Amino acid sequence: MDVLLLSRLQFTATTLFHFLFVPLTLGLSILVAIMETQYVRTGDETYLKMTKFWGKLFLINFAVGIVTGITLEFQFGTNWSRYSAYVGDVFGSLLAIEATAAFFLESTLIGVWVFGWKKLSAKAHAAVMWLVAGASNLSALWILTANGWMQQPVGYAFKNQRAELQDFAAVVFNKFSILQILHVIPASLLAGAFFVMGISAYHLLKKQNVEFFTKSFRLGLVFGFIFSIFVVFEGDFHARHVTETQPTKLAAMESLWETTESAPIYLLALPDEKNEKNAVQIGAIPGLLSFLGHHDFNAEIKGLKDFPKDERPPVLLTFLSFRIMVALGMYFPLVTLIGVYFRNRLLENAWYLKLMLFSIPLPFIAIEMGWLVAELGRQPWIVYGLMKTAAAVSPIAVSQVAVSLAAFIGVYGLLGALGYFLIIKYAVKGPEAVA
Amino acid sequence: MVLESIWFFLWGLLWAVYFMTDGFDLGIGSLLPILGKSEADKKVMINSTGPLWDGNEVWLLTAGGVTFAAFPKVYAVMFSSLYSALMLILFALIVRGVAFEFRGKIDSPQWRKIWDACVFVGSIAPAVLFGVAFANIFRGIPIDADGVYQGSLFTLLNPYGLLGGILFLLLFLVHGALWLSIKSEGDLQQRAMATAHKLWPVELGFAVIFLVASLFATRLYDNYLAYPVLFIIILLAVAGLLGIKFFLAKKALFKAWFASALTIVAAVFYGVIGLYPDMFPSNIDAAYSLTAHNSASSDLTLKIMLVVVIVFVPLVLIYQAWTYQLFKGKVKQDDMAY
Repeated sequence: MDVLLLSRLQFTATTLFHFLFVPLTLGLSILVAIMETQYVRTGDETYLKMTKFWGKLFLINFAVGIVTGITLEFQFGTNWSRYSAYVGDVFGSLLAIEATAAFFLESTLIGVWVFGWKKLSAKAHAAVMWLVAGASNLSALWILTANGWMQQPVGYAFKNQRAELQDFAAVVFNKFSILQILHVIPASLLAGAFFVMGISAYHLLKKQNVEFFTKSFRLGLVFGFIFSIFVVFEGDFHARHVTETQPTKLAAMESLWETTESAPIYLLALPDEKNEKNAVQIGAIPGLLSFLGHHDFNAEIKGLKDFPKDERPPVLLTFLSFRIMVALGMYFPLVTLIGVYFRNRLLENAWYLKLMLFSIPLPFIAIEMGWLVAELGRQPWIVYGLMKTAAAVSPIAVSQVAVSLAAFIGVYGLLGALGYFLIIKYAVKGPEAVA
Repeated sequence: MVLESIWFFLWGLLWAVYFMTDGFDLGIGSLLPILGKSEADKKVMINSTGPLWDGNEVWLLTAGGVTFAAFPKVYAVMFSSLYSALMLILFALIVRGVAFEFRGKIDSPQWRKIWDACVFVGSIAPAVLFGVAFANIFRGIPIDADGVYQGSLFTLLNPYGLLGGILFLLLFLVHGALWLSIKSEGDLQQRAMATAHKLWPVELGFAVIFLVASLFATRLYDNYLAYPVLFIIILLAVAGLLGIKFFLAKKALFKAWFASALTIVAAVFYGVIGLYPDMFPSNIDAAYSLTAHNSASSDLTLKIMLVVVIVFVPLVLIYQAWTYQLFKGKVKQDDMAY
């Protein structure tokens, strides 16, 4: 074990963990804001109860998301100091802007929302929730802009032995970042929607608080339906842009070894990285990969063998992550479409409610897989084509990283277990417990 | 050059604001086992910072983010050199944050006891470690020509570093006791005020020892001797300290807290001004030191970030001030969301 491997494991573990909670924050904050707005507009007490019930679950999740995010900002310095010194001129400002322009608002106003029920008018209180939701999503936007720059570095020049900012607008309006933002934020809203639908389904199955949870379910359904379709279509744009800018990632995503015209997608495949081929490939759909990459069934797609070995990402993991993400991405619009069909007969269709209950984790799995595709598929680069991950790591003692990694696993494991325990506890209790 | 210097002082200012705001949260958390005699006391203590601590903590993230943006080399070398100390601080702050949220979620004394311990450790550890870290920066850090740290966590635990740790803790304890005096009533308020009274001479004593020790352990006074007008910042720190006692005796609690805030800001600037232009001095060879000039970002980045800070920081101050205004007064039963 060396510092590089341990630091990579630490960053992977802490990011994936943080990313279990953030999507729900992004999605649920908007759903709670909508509920509270409905309460203000209609005066219907059910909406107030909904705001409080879903708000409580939101806050437990929010707390874990917030505290685990802090360490990420500092890890660039602690574990990736060579990276930070080399690209900080471009990359650092994006994180600083995130803190000053978004995270401040989110963190200050969350306290106002929690403690301000009796100090603010109903309207102002709902407005605060909108600001929290807006700032949370804005925060994600800046983080994804920073990540987008690592995927497709733009607007910089080599000066003074480092990458220096040349064109700030190019960095902010980086196409890769925008496509990532349009992919990750809707996927997060989808996760929030499935969370609300799944928990509502649990109570509807028990025929508890039927009006309350039918209303909740339908709100989640509208959200889930719209954004699951959006994510699929956006994913298509995203994949084409990856083809253009990160050919090694695309080849790994589909485990394509030879450069091929009219490249197929195999329904079943298993990469064999050692022998540079697929151990299994069955069920070719001719030309589909070419179509995916270029919207042209005959286009040429570069295979992994055309890239030097030390510039290829880990194929198996990237491939599997992508497959799982895509499979789930197809499942979401399908299952919400069924929900739209049954929207007035939810109680009679217990099988559907059960399906939705067990679907709660799926958007989170899809999001984690997507993150793995984005980050693993970019390897061996920390900044695509510009700096390798191996060159980015801090010159620090291996023992330090081993201890911190162990501590992260222990502390985060405990935090995650407690966080989910509390979320489940309050979710099962239902709205009476928070009224 | 001018731009880099402006950023140097903005950098110092962000740290100062962080310590001024989150300082009382850390102080109250550290006092929890002593002043929180009953569950009612503890609830008042925790809820006295309840709506504010999260926003306060973001000043730390901003200070970190701005270090990254404006002085990437300092960010890289400082945080990798202080790896273990920083990790301890971060873990402590994680534990403190969830403790506030989780503590009231299960109605059991054992459950609350665990989180009380987390609030305490999560508050006292950062208070001390920030002091240790900054005192060591004042003193110089063993970094070589490549910015590689030639020491361990224990290197930081030298007498001057520990003195810094104690001083920071005392600053925050008094700051926290004063905030609690403002927010509480009855017996708890009496004890909070008594604590501030008792701690004040200790705080003063350690401040004086630190000022003297800095003469021997650091080169902070070089700038002061070159520009004696700068001694005014030390006078401000002393005025703040005396102000605490003066206003506390008159039971003008908010003014006493304000004097404590002035003390903290002046104490940070005492170090920052003494350091200038160094940001992370090497005690192996001064040539290896990271300064505002050899570690800064390009002028373009500094200019863009300056616009961002000039637009957003006043905005943040306005809405945070509004928040403080909204939650002013004693902590009542109705205000307890934790």
